[in-house]
Amino acid sequence: MAISREQVLHVASLAHLDLTDAEVEKFAEQLSAILAAVSKVSELELADVPPTSHPLELVNVSRRDEARPSLPLEAVFANAPEREDDHFRVPPAEEVRET
Amino acid sequence: MIDTLRLTAEEALGMLERREATARELWDAYRAAIAERDEELHCFLTLVDEPEGVSVPIALKDVIGTKGIETTAGSKILKGYVPVYDSTVASRCKQAGLPTLGKTNTDEFAMGSSTENSAFGPSRNPWDPARVPGGSGGGSAAAVAGGLAPWALGSDTGGSIKQPAALCGIVGLRPTYGTVSRYGIVAFASSLDQVGPTTKTVRDCALLYRVIAGRDPCDSTTADVPEVELPEREDLTGVRVGVPREMMNAEGIEPGVREAVERTIELCRELGAEVGECELPLSVDYGLACYYLIAPAEASSNLSRYDGVRYGLRESNGGYHEMVKRTRDAGFGDEPKRRIMLGTYALSAGYYEAYYGQAQKVRTVILREHIAAFEQFDVLVSATSPTVAFELGAKTQDPLAMYASDLLTIPSCMAGLPGLNIPCGLSDGLPVGLQLIGPQFAENTLFRVGHALEKAIGFDYVPERLRG
Repeated sequence: MAISREQVLHVASLAHLDLTDAEVEKFAEQLSAILAAVSKVSELELADVPPTSHPLELVNVSRRDEARPSLPLEAVFANAPEREDDHFRVPPAEEVRET
Repeated sequence: MIDTLRLTAEEALGMLERREATARELWDAYRAAIAERDEELHCFLTLVDEPEGVSVPIALKDVIGTKGIETTAGSKILKGYVPVYDSTVASRCKQAGLPTLGKTNTDEFAMGSSTENSAFGPSRNPWDPARVPGGSGGGSAAAVAGGLAPWALGSDTGGSIKQPAALCGIVGLRPTYGTVSRYGIVAFASSLDQVGPTTKTVRDCALLYRVIAGRDPCDSTTADVPEVELPEREDLTGVRVGVPREMMNAEGIEPGVREAVERTIELCRELGAEVGECELPLSVDYGLACYYLIAPAEASSNLSRYDGVRYGLRESNGGYHEMVKRTRDAGFGDEPKRRIMLGTYALSAGYYEAYYGQAQKVRTVILREHIAAFEQFDVLVSATSPTVAFELGAKTQDPLAMYASDLLTIPSCMAGLPGLNIPCGLSDGLPVGLQLIGPQFAENTLFRVGHALEKAIGFDYVPERLRG
């Protein structure tokens, strides 16, 4: 179950990870091995088995739609790398090229 | 003279009540122990200066959000991050008067089985500092075993409380999914993560579980919890103990581990339990594969929030997209990167059904097999870890070898079931852990069985090299 360099780059791009060439090679090898191991799940014939997304079957857990105090703005920005008034300042978005 | 290596939390509570020691004296004793031994063991990432609370101090794994105290999840991407609110479990500890000693070391984002994935260096096993304490919650386990904290909280996704407890010779509980709030916990895999106690004894475990468990309006995946019973009985009359064949015969179990577990199963009989063999036909064989698809998939989603925008590391370079990618590349270590990519792959178009979709079905199979076993038995037993503590560096080159450490803890995690580790013996001078698995919400059964076995086994949890 080999993962190609292109596939690693594609997945890294989806996950917003900027990998070095050395990393791409290392991860391609390791991910291939791991994928080979986890692909084992496809050995089983489970067409009639429903999927489980949660081990506890809770349904419609809700609360009353009442406003409650949330975080004060000072707290919201306490760990901000860069703040401008009541905004998190980030560099402007550049044009994204497909990899 | 307070012997922090031996003192249990229950004994400490008694001392405070009888005014044999003040809260300050207790705090100072643990701080002195930390000053003496933590440079070697590296259990703590952050220490709190002044105690807030007048009861027994506690250490918290660094994935547990603590207001005003740095919380890094063992990662550079959160270095310097100070939460502005308490997690529910931290808040409940505060309400119980337990002062936080500090935050303990963990594999990065709770991903690992040795703490070697921590961005801040590994922790060491108090039984042999050349060996790992287990992971991801190795810091908490080593702190308790090394007498640096009377008790601690950890988190368990695939075994991160139970396995370190096994390797360090102490008690660890992974509670039923939904019994302890995940609000304010750094999320790894949301359908699997649970916070739980790491303690010296089973009674301490029950006491701490009682502090943190219960429905939380801030976490809609929590449920009401049966009242916690402190265990007292020392026999196992009427208890049906099941031994899953596939767990006993699993690949990679060291002979010394197997022997200690078999002796303990015999002990169950002597204590009056009905012991029988049972089957989990596919759970052990396919459990690892199932977990290493579902957990990374959920992690890829949970870790997408670390983008340098609102908190944590930011690598400012170029435009917005460049910043996000550079931040994540610089801030995440190899293991989170591997799991994020694995998870992204498993969820991507064209692969979703074959990988993630199929893994969810395997999860149903695992759940059903356990439910079937519990029709015949009250508790299932196995080794917790296939091996005793391994040497630092022994498995870091091979991710799959490291993942195999979780072979026995993972299946019950997939089913949301509670699991208790108790030390059951030594192999080559290193602790062996016994895993007790119960049906959902059966913590009281686990406490009862664990306590009775603990009394009968008489394991000395003070590491041999540290005994006076």
